[in-house]
Amino acid sequence: MRKLALSDEILLSVESPARYIGGEVNSVMKDPGKVDVRFAMCFPDVYEIGMSHLGIQILYDMFNQREDIWCERVYSPWPDLDQIMREKDIPLFALESQDEIRKFDFLGITIQYEMCYTNILQILDLSKIPLNAKERTWEDPLVIGGGPCVYNPEPLAPFFDMFYIGEGETVYFELMDLYKKCRKEGCSRKEFLKKAACIPGIYVPQFYEPVYREDGTLEEFQVLEEGIPEKIEKQVVMDLSDTFYPQKPVVPFIKATQDRAVLEIQRGCIRGCRFCQAGMIYRPVRERKVEYLKDLAKEILKGTGHEEISLSSLSSSDYSHLPELLDFLIDECQKTGVNISLPSLRIDAFSLDVMSKVQDVKKSSLTFAPEAGTQRLRDVINKGLTEEEILNGAGKAFEGGWTKVKLYFMLGLPTETQEDQKAIAHLADKVARRYYEIPKDRRKGKCQITVSTSFFVPKPFTPFQWASMCPEPEYLSRANTVRNEIREQLNQKSIRYNWHEADVTVLEGVLARGDRKVARVIEKAYKDGAVFDAWSEYFDYECWKQAFSETGVDPDFYTLRKRTKDECFPWDFIDAKVTKEFLWKEWERSMAGEITPNCREKCSGCGAAVLRGGVCVESKS
Amino acid sequence: MKVRVKFEKTGAMKFVGHLDMMRYFQKAIRRAGIDVAFSEGFSPHMIMSFAYPLGVGMTSSGEYFDLEVNTPMSTAEMGRRFNSVMAEGVRVLSVRKIPEDKKSKGMSLVAAADYFVDFRPGLEPKQDYRKYISAFMAQPSVIMLKKTKKSLEETDIRPMIYRFEAVDNRLFLQLASGSARNLKPDLVMEAFYRYMGEEVLPFAWMIHRQEIYADMGDEKRRKLVTLESLGEIIG
Repeated sequence: MRKLALSDEILLSVESPARYIGGEVNSVMKDPGKVDVRFAMCFPDVYEIGMSHLGIQILYDMFNQREDIWCERVYSPWPDLDQIMREKDIPLFALESQDEIRKFDFLGITIQYEMCYTNILQILDLSKIPLNAKERTWEDPLVIGGGPCVYNPEPLAPFFDMFYIGEGETVYFELMDLYKKCRKEGCSRKEFLKKAACIPGIYVPQFYEPVYREDGTLEEFQVLEEGIPEKIEKQVVMDLSDTFYPQKPVVPFIKATQDRAVLEIQRGCIRGCRFCQAGMIYRPVRERKVEYLKDLAKEILKGTGHEEISLSSLSSSDYSHLPELLDFLIDECQKTGVNISLPSLRIDAFSLDVMSKVQDVKKSSLTFAPEAGTQRLRDVINKGLTEEEILNGAGKAFEGGWTKVKLYFMLGLPTETQEDQKAIAHLADKVARRYYEIPKDRRKGKCQITVSTSFFVPKPFTPFQWASMCPEPEYLSRANTVRNEIREQLNQKSIRYNWHEADVTVLEGVLARGDRKVARVIEKAYKDGAVFDAWSEYFDYECWKQAFSETGVDPDFYTLRKRTKDECFPWDFIDAKVTKEFLWKEWERSMAGEITPNCREKCSGCGAAVLRGGVCVESKS
Repeated sequence: MKVRVKFEKTGAMKFVGHLDMMRYFQKAIRRAGIDVAFSEGFSPHMIMSFAYPLGVGMTSSGEYFDLEVNTPMSTAEMGRRFNSVMAEGVRVLSVRKIPEDKKSKGMSLVAAADYFVDFRPGLEPKQDYRKYISAFMAQPSVIMLKKTKKSLEETDIRPMIYRFEAVDNRLFLQLASGSARNLKPDLVMEAFYRYMGEEVLPFAWMIHRQEIYADMGDEKRRKLVTLESLGEIIG
């Protein structure tokens, strides 16, 4: 029987001890004496969140298929355990072997959102790995970061030995083989890193140095060592029907946030919304073959016993074999009492028909994401959803028996005016009116419209990477405008309004488009107690404000400043296959209120066609 | 067909709570390919019920749930299927067919349970606890503050302690259990420590549930039989 790293006394004093015991169904045990590489895969947030992430499950399965590699998992200890580990000097451990992280060859950290940056430092700190990569020796694991946030890794650059830019299925084995060879030959850590830096997609920050102008912007990004590439090319899996996908993902004992089987039907999105980073960095759109997905769905359900399966993609309605796949799933799942969950579907006659088959119409709600209140602003962001489509979709849904509608918007978008903000309330009211047009005897009581707004944060590799954010007080005043306008509406009693906090938005803005100088702020904030910033009950804005002022880093420089066309951005050394020229063109079109057709309607020349795959080579007939 | 599944829960599994064990078995049933019956309605759920929840931190070799299956299968085959998909620390010990009627439900039958209490090394009572046992049991009443559904109440727990014995280096307890009268081993241990005049140290003992019983006797005489023995083997 496995020996646990934590004693019974500790485990029985913390919340959800099963977070720390490993041993879940489908988790992988190996003999540490019989593997060459031990890889600890980390999601720097609490177990229930981390276990819901598909990417880690894919890489965990991929690594463990190799006999010479043992990949294990580690998540952020919740603050209650964090405190005990510090008091009792217990080092952080991996779930499977319960061995210390510091003994591993690699610590891979997936970086999914900016607000987990301090948690990364917590992981390193509790593992007793020096925070600064340059201070590490072969006594420490190689710390490698991946995930969407590494499209601007600079605020985290000092803390990582390497970053993996792009999709993990492509060059990880090459990196592992290089590591084995280098260790066998007795290479120094630096020699290994120099060789690793030559693998496409691998960025070793210590071999690069930003040179700043007097105004604080980048002058250039210098390569410090000879033979190290200037540009890092993102890695992309071109054939998604012939690659790694876990048929037996790990099934947690405790309820994860996503407690279901996940079927990723495609990667990327044809839509080209100008605020959306995923829509740009995952280009080109690549579908998985429908036959492959059918087999996969059956196997995953059999291998996990999950009672629900969910389709995953940025825009499921754009998957070209969706009707065939759904017919299959409905048929298959009805036999076995498995639920189907369908996120990110465009609301139309087809999707309503499907949803009425798989959901309880009385209980479920429909979601629209118009993102902006007016057509003008929706054109600015290239969100191709018209008011007519929303009202038609909602109308059909109401006639089909649904009474709940959720509407998602962003506030703080470029060019947004008070009129745009108020229009959010008007649109919600129109949806409600559409409901009350149905004769009383054919509807069931009141409808419930939920309006949610989040604040827009400009991200690298989007046309809005040039956009300025709003001054902080502006955010809540915009949310107030929406709230007050909703109160003025005829159907205000049927409309509920939720909005996000504003202080997190500003910080997210700094971290998203930050440079290496921001690393000092993160380290300072962490040392002063900031951790679990993504959790409102732990987020401490004062701590961050203090860190900015003590390190002399001005947050406004990153959020409010106007960026020019030619500015050298901290992330420009990454070749995301979407050209800066295209992004600038999109920014200009945005300012002119011009929409850009989606990839299937017309190629807009973003640059991803050089990869010769996915939607770029689909027959356009 | 209704079946009763007996399983053990050991090792690190003691940190997995009751609700999560239910979810665990729901998924295990699907992995095992057991044709379980579902309730009617829009969100059907498996027709299964656990006999007696086990607290976090406790191990057991006598846990039970009842399950309704559509396709009859030998009880041995069901056991094999379960054990091919278990996590380390959970093992199905027996599967037996039980009567369909409501009063045969495991949950409503629970009347008593056996426990072993082990002291953690270094945290044993200071005195030789064995010599207090018979006197402790000879008390006409043992009044303790006992949690009821609403509040804490002074209760005589002595009638609910059926057996309290030293076996090797551990204590054996047989206690009234179930919806009518329920006594937890921790409370008995606290009463025993109080009787010995010793302070209860946190985490001093570990509890293992050994078995769960139904009472097939009458008002005068208890006749405890294991929940397992009320089912029959199907070949």
